[in-house]
Amino acid sequence: MMLAIKEAASDMSPYVRKTAAHAIPKLYSLDSDQKDQLIEVIEKLLADKTTLVAGSVVMAFEEVCPERIDLIHKNYRKLCNLLIDVEEWGQVVIISMLTRYARTQFLSPTQNESLLEENPEKAFYGSEEDEAKGPGSEAAASTALPARKPYVMDPDHRLLLRNTKPLLQSRSAAVVMAVAQLYFHLAPKAEVGVIAKALVRLLRSHSEVQYVVLQNVATMSIKRRGMFEPYLKSFYIRSTDPTQIKILKLEVLTNLANETNIPTVLREFQTYIRSMDKDFVAATIQAIGRCATNIGRVRDTCLNGLVQLLSNRDELVVAESVVVIKKLLQMQPAQHGEIIKHLAKLTDNIQVPMARASILWLIGEYCEHVPRIAPDVLRKMAKSFTAEEDIVKLQVINLAAKLYLTNSKQTKLLTQYVLSLAKYDQNYDIRDRARFTRQLIVPSEQGGALSRHAKKLFLAPKPAPVLESSFKDRDHFQLGSLSHLLNAKATGYQELPDWPEEAPDPSVRNVEVPEWTKCSNREKRKEKEKPFYSDSEGESGPTESADSDPESESESDSKSSSESGSGESSSESDNKGQDEDEEKGRSSESEHSEEEGKKRKMKKRKKVPEGQEGGSSSDEGSDSSSSSSESEMTSETEEEQVEPASWRKKTPPSSKSAPAAKEISLLDLEDFTPPSVQPVSPPTVVSTSLAADLEGLTLTDSPLVPSLLSPVLGVGRQELLHRVAGEGLAVDYTFSRQPFSGDPHMVAVHIHFSNSSDTPIKGLHVGTPKLPAGISIQEFPEIESLAPGESATAVMGINFCDSTQAANFQLCTQTRQFYVSIQPPVGELMAPVFMSENEFKKEQGKLTGMNEITEKLTLPDTCRSDHVVVQKVTATANLGRVPCGTSDEYRFAGRTLTSGSLVLLTLDAQPTGAAQLTVNSEKMVIGTMLVKDVVQALTQ
Amino acid sequence: MIHSLFLINSSGDIFLEKHWKSVVSRSVCDYFFEAQERATEAENVPPVISTPHHYLLSVYRHKIFFVAVIQTEVPPLFVIEFLHRVVDTFQDYFGVCSEPVIKDNVVVVYEVLEEMLDNGFPLATESNILKELIKPPTILRTVVNTITGSTNVGDQLPTGQLSVVPWRRTGVKYTNNEAYFDVIEEIDAIIDKSGSTVTAEIQGVIDACVKLAGMPDLTLSFMNPRLLDDVSFHPCVRFKRWESERILSFIPPDGNFRLLSYHVSAQNLVAIPVYVKHNISFRDSSSLGRFEITVGPKQTMGKTIEGVTLSSQMPRGVLNMSLTPSQGTHTFDPVTKMLSWDVGKINPQKLPSLKGTMSLQAGASKPDENPTINLQFKIQQLAISGLKVNRLDMYGEKYKPFKGIKYMTKAGKFQVRT
Repeated sequence: MMLAIKEAASDMSPYVRKTAAHAIPKLYSLDSDQKDQLIEVIEKLLADKTTLVAGSVVMAFEEVCPERIDLIHKNYRKLCNLLIDVEEWGQVVIISMLTRYARTQFLSPTQNESLLEENPEKAFYGSEEDEAKGPGSEAAASTALPARKPYVMDPDHRLLLRNTKPLLQSRSAAVVMAVAQLYFHLAPKAEVGVIAKALVRLLRSHSEVQYVVLQNVATMSIKRRGMFEPYLKSFYIRSTDPTQIKILKLEVLTNLANETNIPTVLREFQTYIRSMDKDFVAATIQAIGRCATNIGRVRDTCLNGLVQLLSNRDELVVAESVVVIKKLLQMQPAQHGEIIKHLAKLTDNIQVPMARASILWLIGEYCEHVPRIAPDVLRKMAKSFTAEEDIVKLQVINLAAKLYLTNSKQTKLLTQYVLSLAKYDQNYDIRDRARFTRQLIVPSEQGGALSRHAKKLFLAPKPAPVLESSFKDRDHFQLGSLSHLLNAKATGYQELPDWPEEAPDPSVRNVEVPEWTKCSNREKRKEKEKPFYSDSEGESGPTESADSDPESESESDSKSSSESGSGESSSESDNKGQDEDEEKGRSSESEHSEEEGKKRKMKKRKKVPEGQEGGSSSDEGSDSSSSSSESEMTSETEEEQVEPASWRKKTPPSSKSAPAAKEISLLDLEDFTPPSVQPVSPPTVVSTSLAADLEGLTLTDSPLVPSLLSPVLGVGRQELLHRVAGEGLAVDYTFSRQPFSGDPHMVAVHIHFSNSSDTPIKGLHVGTPKLPAGISIQEFPEIESLAPGESATAVMGINFCDSTQAANFQLCTQTRQFYVSIQPPVGELMAPVFMSENEFKKEQGKLTGMNEITEKLTLPDTCRSDHVVVQKVTATANLGRVPCGTSDEYRFAGRTLTSGSLVLLTLDAQPTGAAQLTVNSEKMVIGTMLVKDVVQALTQ
Repeated sequence: MIHSLFLINSSGDIFLEKHWKSVVSRSVCDYFFEAQERATEAENVPPVISTPHHYLLSVYRHKIFFVAVIQTEVPPLFVIEFLHRVVDTFQDYFGVCSEPVIKDNVVVVYEVLEEMLDNGFPLATESNILKELIKPPTILRTVVNTITGSTNVGDQLPTGQLSVVPWRRTGVKYTNNEAYFDVIEEIDAIIDKSGSTVTAEIQGVIDACVKLAGMPDLTLSFMNPRLLDDVSFHPCVRFKRWESERILSFIPPDGNFRLLSYHVSAQNLVAIPVYVKHNISFRDSSSLGRFEITVGPKQTMGKTIEGVTLSSQMPRGVLNMSLTPSQGTHTFDPVTKMLSWDVGKINPQKLPSLKGTMSLQAGASKPDENPTINLQFKIQQLAISGLKVNRLDMYGEKYKPFKGIKYMTKAGKFQVRT
């Protein structure tokens, strides 16, 4: 057998190798002594490069030697890259294996604050496999990364996340679930959100799939509630759902309930209570109870609702309500004497033992609130004692004891009677309890010691129970696994290991590559490295990079979801493209991916010391051409340096304030630029805004700068409120052209207030805006007081919804309200994007016909130099310059803020002064208005 | 992985079993029967049951339980997905998947199962590959096989298995080359008592029937691809082109397949094409209740609504109903308390209605819940989300195929709470 497998494992046909992999677990189960030899075969097959074999061999690996994680190292990157082309079943197995692998090999991405302190360099520089990096750079790193050390994801970790993401769109529920659990266990918090949509999609599937998915969603929703909140309505229950699905959905709804959505959730619950499915109704009541405990605001509402349910005709409903009410009352018994009385009355009718027991317990516990009713209840219960269920009997004894202690005059005889009855009960538990209680409460000659403390024993204040989800803490099982579903360890379950404290050596994942690629690679790398390190050591001080840290971090946090969407998808597709290449030319594929991996690392390293934590989306360009040059690096780091200054001046959207996504496109651009055009000409690539930043610098390669630079000005100040009309308050606004930090769809508007009256103006804020449909406003924080003669600036965001409709709102002071409106020039409704010439042409090709608007014009003499033209266009519209091969043509590109539609502007200027302006945009209205504005600006 | 498979019919008989590793005794199913008894309805049987030595994972389709037995940890969705795939394959082979059909084709069933799993791990699950390995039964082939004693098992390895496009077999030939695409959208909605929408969303699929010779490479583009919010693809679709250009580019499998399923983004308001007016009231004193339903069109974009069916689970207290429909037929099953009304086409001039009385159990108090109404309908030639296919191009082959696209809107889980 062994021989046959060995031979088959080196067969020409991948199909034969695949079946060989299938044979391995079979042989292993027959004869486990052969393990060592089988592992050898597995090792060999793991190195196989065909998609057909990958799934089967990993399955064999999991069955035979899941603990031999070391076998995976060398194949890790290959598996990641092949993953998308493996058949579905293989994908599931590989993904779950890689989840475990990643947990042992990478650092936790969520540990940022705590653990990081200890070994950030490890996390980051540990990924460096190369000998090119000597001790010198290590030192540079530690100076560049002072006190606050950002976590940087291992590029291999990132590779895994990126390559699995497209699989969320697989048609197979198992694959989607596998990716979801991988993201849940491995991805940084900000990125986990992407799986929610895919999981919600699975809820449309067969009920068995729903069942499994909902179990997992329930666990996830406890940890990451925000993730599923937008999909709340997808968990609404239909009367046709099977009961088990209903109960799971209810669980999820309860987990998702919070202060804001609780009214809708409770309204839904109300409909559910009327359902015919009684188990489900009981679960709903429990859920209401949980909502009430978790959200203090609605506790009284819930309690009232539950009390109303007490008059329900269905006994089960009443019983369940009683139990839940009991738990709720325990939190604040004082105010609810009435409810306790109401419950006491119910004892006559209600038969469900659990509910009766609950009522008795409540009365006993809070007998001081119902001093007159309690003894009466005890009397009734004593009468029917023998007919009660055990659980009720125990509570009767309990009640009797408590009453005896608080009100012994009235209840002494009753208690004696109950205890005597209990003494001869059939159940030994009850007999024991009776004997015990009697000793405790009835004073006798010898047993005095304990009975003195009886009151303390029985009436000790008891902590309120915490109602929590049964899915809490289930996440210590790997999600999507059988063990998680059963909440018990299944046979053969592999624990998901905890993140390591220190990342193991990542160099083990490097694969030997043929000599020539390695050499060229290394050369390139050295070339890139040098300028960078010298820069960071010499020029950009450690404090600066530290300063810029928090900002970029918070930004990337807040935006990373959207960003990682866009940023990554492009790189993914690149990768896929590469995968396709691989299919064609199998032989060269490992070199390819290897090269890629290294490049990726390069980029990462470049960025980190600049304080761009942006690991989340920064991995960009796995594209083929690599033509970044040294000087580009220089300009970039320098730009970084200037930033603090330019930040305060009229900063156009610089790459710093722009989220990391822009940073990426910038980097990408470097790669896209055809090297043949201008081999060493960074400014072509540098964005207009960046150029503006650079202007203040004495750049060595300045000769190129003026011709291409376009100093961008924010549109000049415009008046919002004249000081006469505003009774001394004058308000101006400018469009700052910085991305608005709260919402990328918003235009940031800087509002300048100045007080020219002689009394301070207090409580400046935005009052109820009356906005046209679609337009929304992010108000500026209230300015508490503006002393006479002082001025202040605030930033507000307005989402104009890609229209030039004015946003009308009220500006309120403590005493007055002023109606003001801001109407944006069309050029402010967009943000620059950076693209290469080829991309520009491609996009332009798509936006022809109706979407193209052309206008002829004559440029006045004053307006014929490059510099002026670029300046005028960028002043009119917030567009970014696109590099262009011919000198008479100017190209600009941008995207509208709200819908993100492309706006492409081309100006073809003849030396004679005749020119043609073309705007391509999906938004025709914007296009026409833009043409008008630009023509006006140019011909003035 | 998957150890054994048991097929159990609704009366609780194990009518087929298949073991991929060692034989697991039938008695393991007793745990399943126990759970089945506890659950009142078939849908309520938990899909995962844990027994001391095994785990039973089951799916319920076409009134048959497919119970897989596993021994060790395995992602439950993996098994469930596989079981569904088995059912789909049976359906593909035999047209329907029911107990008599499976019994009739028991040989093919075993052959197929043997190919699908190898030692419990899925081997060939693509229907194209399977069909090359094991020919689907036809009358002629059955006759030939009985005479010559040969089997359905193909003696050659399927070529698709090794190619880059495992879903397509090579050497496909057709005289009439045709490609049909059905865009089918389903509206899932919950409408509350007052007629306002609680939730509504549109889920759509594009099912294709492609019968093209050779290796055609198709691209399908939409007029408004932005509508599609969340999509999942058949593996043949090139993800990269979708990401960059929003174009579906693919080498299609041969025959019927689901190209794409999508979800229309929630921001778009969903047009609800139907409204239901209802007046269902029980009175405490009398044993009679009033019942009245009217259905009417709303936002149909000028198309007629067809195939309208209403069904409702009446409360237990309802003994019988005497109703008169203005159109269509209705039935009430006094045992299951299921009322269904087959309306047919809705004529906007004369709205169909169903009126009458319910007789309630004498003496019993009135039921405190009103029944929910489930609605089914169809609208031909309309995709309610407004999705439109722009064009379909073919590359790689010379002939000119016949292309067709059909739109349809259906009710998915459409419920009206009363």
